[in-house]
Amino acid sequence: MSTTDIGWRGVAAVDVEEAEERERGARFTGGSRELLAELLRPYRSALMVLVGIVVVENGARLAIPSLVKVGIDSGIPPIRESGNVGPLGLVAGAVLLCSVVQAVARNRFLVQQGEVGQGVLYEVRRRVFRHFQALSPAFHDDYTSGRVISRQTSDVEAIYEMLETGFDGLVKAALTLVGTGVILLFLDWKLGLVALCSGPFLFLLTNWFRRSSADAYRGTREKVALVIVHFVESMGGIRAVQAFRREPRNQEIFDDVNDQYRLANLRAFRLVGLFMPGIKLIGNVTIATVLVYGGYLAYSGEVTVGVLAAFLLYLRQFFEPMQEISQFYNTFQSATAALDKLAGVLREEPGVPEPEHPVALDRARGELRFDHVHFAYVDGRPVVPDLDLTVPAGQTLAVVGTTGAGKTTLAKLATRFYDPVDGEVRLDGLDLRTLAADDLRRNVVMVTQENYLFSGSIADNIRFGRPEAAINDVVAAATALGAHDFIAALPEGYDTDVAQRGGRLSAGQRQLVAFARAFLADPAVLILDEATSSLDIPSERLVQEALHTVLAGRTAVIIAHRLSTVETADRVLVMEHGRVVEDGSPAELISRGEGRFADLHQAWLDSLA
Amino acid sequence: MTTGSLGPDPDSQPPAGVHSLWRLRGYLRPHKVALTIMLTTSLVGVGLTLAIPLVTAAIIDGPVADRDLSGLWALGALAMVLGVLEAVLIWWRRWVQSNAVLSVETAMRHDLYDHLQSLPMGFHSRWQSGQLLSRATVDLSQIRRFFGFGMLFLLVNIVQVVTVTAVLLHMYWPLGVLVAATAVPIVWLSMRFEKSYVVVSRQVQDEQGDLATRAEEGAVAIRVIKSFGRGEHVSRQYEAAALQLRETSLRKVRLSAKFWTFLELIPNLAVTLVLLLGALGVGKGWLTPGELVAFITLMLSLVWPVSSLGVILAMAQEAMTAAARINEIYDTESDVVGGTATIAEPRGRLVLEGVDFAFPDAPDEPVLRGVDLVVEPGETVALVGATGSGKTALTSLVPRLFDVTAGRVTIDGVDVRDLDLTHLRSLVATAFEDPTLFSMSARENLTLGRHDATDAEVEQAIEVAQAHFVHELPWGLDTRIGEQGMALSGGQRQRLALARAVLARPAILVLDDTLSALDVHTEKRVEEALGRVLTHTTGIVVAHRASTVLLADKVALLQDGTITHVGDHRELLATVPAYRELLTSDDSEGAGRSRLEVGV
Ligand SMILES: Nc1ncnc2c1ncn2[C@@H]1O[C@H](COP(=O)(O)OP(=O)(O)OP(=O)(O)O)[C@@H](O)[C@H]1O
Ligand SMILES: Nc1ncnc2c1ncn2[C@@H]1O[C@H](COP(=O)(O)OP(=O)(O)OP(=O)(O)O)[C@@H](O)[C@H]1O
Ligand SMILES: [Mg+2]
Ligand SMILES: [Mg+2]
Repeated sequence: MSTTDIGWRGVAAVDVEEAEERERGARFTGGSRELLAELLRPYRSALMVLVGIVVVENGARLAIPSLVKVGIDSGIPPIRESGNVGPLGLVAGAVLLCSVVQAVARNRFLVQQGEVGQGVLYEVRRRVFRHFQALSPAFHDDYTSGRVISRQTSDVEAIYEMLETGFDGLVKAALTLVGTGVILLFLDWKLGLVALCSGPFLFLLTNWFRRSSADAYRGTREKVALVIVHFVESMGGIRAVQAFRREPRNQEIFDDVNDQYRLANLRAFRLVGLFMPGIKLIGNVTIATVLVYGGYLAYSGEVTVGVLAAFLLYLRQFFEPMQEISQFYNTFQSATAALDKLAGVLREEPGVPEPEHPVALDRARGELRFDHVHFAYVDGRPVVPDLDLTVPAGQTLAVVGTTGAGKTTLAKLATRFYDPVDGEVRLDGLDLRTLAADDLRRNVVMVTQENYLFSGSIADNIRFGRPEAAINDVVAAATALGAHDFIAALPEGYDTDVAQRGGRLSAGQRQLVAFARAFLADPAVLILDEATSSLDIPSERLVQEALHTVLAGRTAVIIAHRLSTVETADRVLVMEHGRVVEDGSPAELISRGEGRFADLHQAWLDSLA
Repeated sequence: MTTGSLGPDPDSQPPAGVHSLWRLRGYLRPHKVALTIMLTTSLVGVGLTLAIPLVTAAIIDGPVADRDLSGLWALGALAMVLGVLEAVLIWWRRWVQSNAVLSVETAMRHDLYDHLQSLPMGFHSRWQSGQLLSRATVDLSQIRRFFGFGMLFLLVNIVQVVTVTAVLLHMYWPLGVLVAATAVPIVWLSMRFEKSYVVVSRQVQDEQGDLATRAEEGAVAIRVIKSFGRGEHVSRQYEAAALQLRETSLRKVRLSAKFWTFLELIPNLAVTLVLLLGALGVGKGWLTPGELVAFITLMLSLVWPVSSLGVILAMAQEAMTAAARINEIYDTESDVVGGTATIAEPRGRLVLEGVDFAFPDAPDEPVLRGVDLVVEPGETVALVGATGSGKTALTSLVPRLFDVTAGRVTIDGVDVRDLDLTHLRSLVATAFEDPTLFSMSARENLTLGRHDATDAEVEQAIEVAQAHFVHELPWGLDTRIGEQGMALSGGQRQRLALARAVLARPAILVLDDTLSALDVHTEKRVEEALGRVLTHTTGIVVAHRASTVLLADKVALLQDGTITHVGDHRELLATVPAYRELLTSDDSEGAGRSRLEVGV
């Protein structure tokens, strides 16, 4: 079934790494236990209270049948003899009391268990989300949002199932197990030993289940992630899917992953399907053995019939909770697989770590310096071999170059999406690696080629970089960029919901909003990576004017292909294969008459002719 | 139920009930045998659980008391056989059940995905993918669980309760009636519970979907979030939503805790009453003490099935809500339904006649009004218009990603709405303004529209789009290109999307501003190659730059939602000021040049 797998998914560096790690058995060696212990730590006292409640509840529950017996035995004779209902009333009152105590305890237990469970879930969600946010874009490039989502939905769900299954069964079971075990041995040690012979079998069975189910549940976690990844991607790209009639092929792929998921689940279900009746089998066989052996002992007079009867009753009680334990153990195993995955994510180190002792930088002047920077996405394939460049504060630098030359890479280095392999990137003379992320992001803002809008109002999107900004500032930013007109024309103006990923707007409008967002953030260094490529020329011109008036004095790095965009820069950099091949003012470069920028200029003139 | 391209409002809640689940019964039909086995084994299992103690009693009362050794062996063997049989039955039930319910779940997921893929853009732009995802995962597994366990034990428990009650009635009817009467508060409570529970559980499910959406946004938008340093802000929003979910879930927990508690309390109260009245009855000689003991013992065996009904009903309730959420997707029918016509030898004559268009979610805001345009076979038209003027909207009408609200679009004289949808979309290929790539191999992305393309054809498309870089990727065409092609440069992504459209070999090729991220030299090479393709393909090229317009034979100017001018680039440049303003920097053409010249 999975023969098509490699075909459509293609190969990526992570696969190779993952396969290697799997070989070594690393990454999967858990961390689930530590994580669970850590998550439960704040609830230690609450858990103790819960155990107490379970004890009370079970005490009350077990008291009821005995009370009934007492009621019948000692409540009825007085009625018969003298019509005195006093003793019976007393016992009935006690039964009533026990019922109420049991009910109250049960209620308390359920509520408090829910509180602990939900608290743990919240904490898991919080941590995992934050950690995903802290991880570098390089991590997200490979990991894909589908897997991020699957970690945060279905894995968390698996943990929830365990918390919900109720560890009251476990507590109750443990209590009865120990209690009846002791009673059994005291009642008759020979019979007791026969009963305890089931122990090793239970142990072996459980051990087998632990090992095989860990593997099976890991399988379900991985397969469900595949389903989610494919689902999310095909729904996200539905326009291309439909336009290219991709539906049948998508369905084929989906059916494949869906079926893989089914098989993984089936495997886990079948293991449980063996485990649970296996436990039952051991219990039943033990009971039957004790029955025969005990019957024989009673027959030969070695034990009394009363002891045998009591023994058998207790033996049943001994095995009854095993079902609950195994049920809980099952969800525990499933949750462990999920926790392993989450622990793996939490262990992942951010590719661009926060400095331990950040240097404070409130408002940068905006001098940007690349000091012999060497950078490669993939080892051995340098994208930027050795870059040495200083952008003085306040300069408007235009970067042009063939596609794939490394312009965006330059921007990503300046915003610390990546750290250089060698050399340093500095802002105002400070290595970016010594700056706190907050300080850096406040001072250096990039408008990317792929401008993402959040679902929500236009105003909120523009405000994204500065949530405290008043609506006036939002409008001012939009107006300066020439975006106000179209926004005002929308039915709800700035409050219009831009819908999923900004789908309500045209590509150019999205770009303007993304631009306004950066504009409002008011950074010391603004990096525009083809931020006007989808705009018509008049809009582009407005944006440029705004850059020159409102952002005058800021350092700006403008990456663009269109001469109309770069013509007004102070300085132009032409890049090729990660190297700077031309550097100078636009006029200077053109006046040389040859060279890439001069060509660019000529091509532009030609297209206007 | 609502039909139409928008479908139900994602924020509104359709009523959930037994009928929601009942509608899904078709999925169970192929598993009738399995269900019968499951039910029978469970019932026999209940019987066995009761039988084993009886055998025990028989041994103690019989052989041991009578000193009959052979009887001991016989009954002992019987106990053993029954015990093994019980385990085997459980195993058998679980085996059959895993097969059946997983097949049901998989089939439902298949259908859901299939249906979602067929729903039009109008639907998808309104529904967050997190909401869709939570239906495809959480909701389906809830339904699976109900079909596997809930439904079964609902039946088994009811059978058990009814049988025991019947036996009780038979034993001593006045107390039996009392026991039967406890059904009244239980049923009443269940109904009340159902009403409030359905509301909370729907809310929990919706909030889970919302959280999934946020998780997705947090991942997809990671680069924007990072570049503004807003990780903290987004995390706090996520946490607020998670907190909200926690509160709602706790409400649900409290509600069910209350319900479950009452379900335990009621039988216990009944036990108290029976004890009181029964003991009085014994005192008055209406029944024997032995009868009373038997009665109460039997009655105590009712406590568990009744109280576990609570869990099962909650499960049922959740399954119903889940089913309602699934049904609301099924109930949305695509209004972009294909016709049956096909064009045997497509020439690619594209005509728009009096086309009006408004997006389905904003029907009062017409985007296009009375658009007329004729593109002859093999001709290429450049579509020029200001930002937001409706160029993309216009191009999306051709492959029917959206439908016109008035007028018609025809290809070779056939209205696109009469054409078979798959056929139509094989006639038209679009390179979208955002590349829309998938985290699959580069080849798979390229052959999106033609899965059976040969290597030579792929190579040709790569040549046209100047996308040779794919061969330099670490695993060549087999390299996975990362989500949205994030491991590629902007221009590389765009060329891949372009190659994909070219590879589809359409009769009509739509390029929606597809050269915007290319440098001038690459653009020129792509244009030359594209020019060759476009000589025998009808083309629509959306352009913001004069260089791209030069690809076209003629230009259509889109203004205020309608096409005001059609003509030659130079002619329009000379005669239409609006056009000149859009495509040249006009005065700044001079200004820009003079600025540069001043610097010389
Ligand atoms: N995340 C990544 N992983 C691996 N390789 C990458 C990654 N991002 C970019 N590259 C490669 O690095 C090179 C430079 O990419 P970059 O995005 O810097 O180009 P660019 O100059 O911005 O090009 P364009 O003008 O097309 O946007 C390209 O060959 C690209 O394939
Ligand atoms: N899904 C939608 N619902 C409602 N209105 C929309 C939707 N998508 C776009 N619009 C609006 O319709 C108008 C036309 O959008 P369209 O995307 O066709 O513009 P465009 O000409 O392609 O612009 P650009 O050059 O910026 O790509 C815009 O004003 C936009 O705000
Ligand atoms: Mg780039
Ligand atoms: Mg557009």
